[in-house]
Amino acid sequence: MSRFKDTDMQAVIGWILRLGVLLSMSIIFIGGIIYLYRHGHIPADYHTFKGVPDFVHNAPGIFNGVITFRGRAIIQAGIILLIATPILRVVFSAIGFILERDYLYTGITILVLLIITASMLSGHAG
Amino acid sequence: MMSVIVLTLIIFIGSYFAGLLGSLTGLGGGFVIIPLLTLLLKVDIHYAIGASLVSVIATSSGSAAAYVREGITNIRLGMFLEIATTAGAMVGALIAVYIPTNFIAILFGVILITSAVMSLRKKAELINQEKNILAEKLKLNSSFPTANGPVAYSVKNVGSGFFMMLFAGVISGLLGIGSGALKVLAMDTVMRIPFKVSTTTSNFMIGVTAAASAVVYLQRGYIDPGLSMPVAIGVLLGALSGSKILVHTNSSGWLRWIFAIVVTFLATQMIYNGFAGKI
Repeated sequence: MSRFKDTDMQAVIGWILRLGVLLSMSIIFIGGIIYLYRHGHIPADYHTFKGVPDFVHNAPGIFNGVITFRGRAIIQAGIILLIATPILRVVFSAIGFILERDYLYTGITILVLLIITASMLSGHAG
Repeated sequence: MMSVIVLTLIIFIGSYFAGLLGSLTGLGGGFVIIPLLTLLLKVDIHYAIGASLVSVIATSSGSAAAYVREGITNIRLGMFLEIATTAGAMVGALIAVYIPTNFIAILFGVILITSAVMSLRKKAELINQEKNILAEKLKLNSSFPTANGPVAYSVKNVGSGFFMMLFAGVISGLLGIGSGALKVLAMDTVMRIPFKVSTTTSNFMIGVTAAASAVVYLQRGYIDPGLSMPVAIGVLLGALSGSKILVHTNSSGWLRWIFAIVVTFLATQMIYNGFAGKI
């Protein structure tokens, strides 16, 4: 088998981004239909900031919401997948650079992943 | 008070046009979405920032998929500068909580006007071939495909470009926009990268940058599913239509002017409401 090249990485990255957007947007759309069907006629209130309800705020809440077909929980799951898509792209780039034996860029890519992880943890603390 | 379904439909239609204009002008959908939600629909600016950020990830990832395959995007340059943009975005999202909302509105207006002015300036395509030691060490020099075969280019001022990306990241994290115009400015004028490469590479970086602040906003409850759903779907569909139109027409000059006028109007409204403390 020939060595992994930049063009192979381009193909893999393109594929991940396309699949991630397609999949997450479909999930958001399905969740949206359920949400509008159930809650379409209640008044909408976004005037003051109150955060989001618990069942779309933490992982167990979203999981329970998804298996009980709650529209907003399904949308939130889709949004999380969408946010994860470019991060997954970085993970696969790191693997690609390892396969290319480009250790400088393996390090740079891992540094980006560490920054995103730090951001995730600091958001939790705040 | 509006019902959920009416609000969703209004937001969906508005987001579609935001995505369309954002893609035709290269400014991105967030520039119209945030004023639409806050000024017209009186949505709290935190929710607006969260929803805009989600739409930014959708559109940039969708179009990056196409550009990456064409081989125009400089992946190494993007990865290297993402260190700066993600670190900046993290800082932006973390300080956003402590900054008064009216200041965020004013800053939004100022950045919006700056970006619109920059999108109107003439773009002269210069291919830099001067050697730069840091750029060579970091393997940033590359080539891109054209009708006359691949064209090689070199990257200049790596340090200052990196620093500007840090700033672009903070703005993106603070305001919930892609800040593509700032990224392109840094790559065009400072790093001397060919325009085609800088726009596609900027777009490539926007998704990761937005994700780095979205993980903070998600945990702070800024990303509301009911609001983000029509925004993300609308902006993505609008951007897709925009890219179809761009392929068929070349005369988007007048469109840029219309958009610049719309943008200036929205920006002054944001600044005015910010100073009046109405946002």
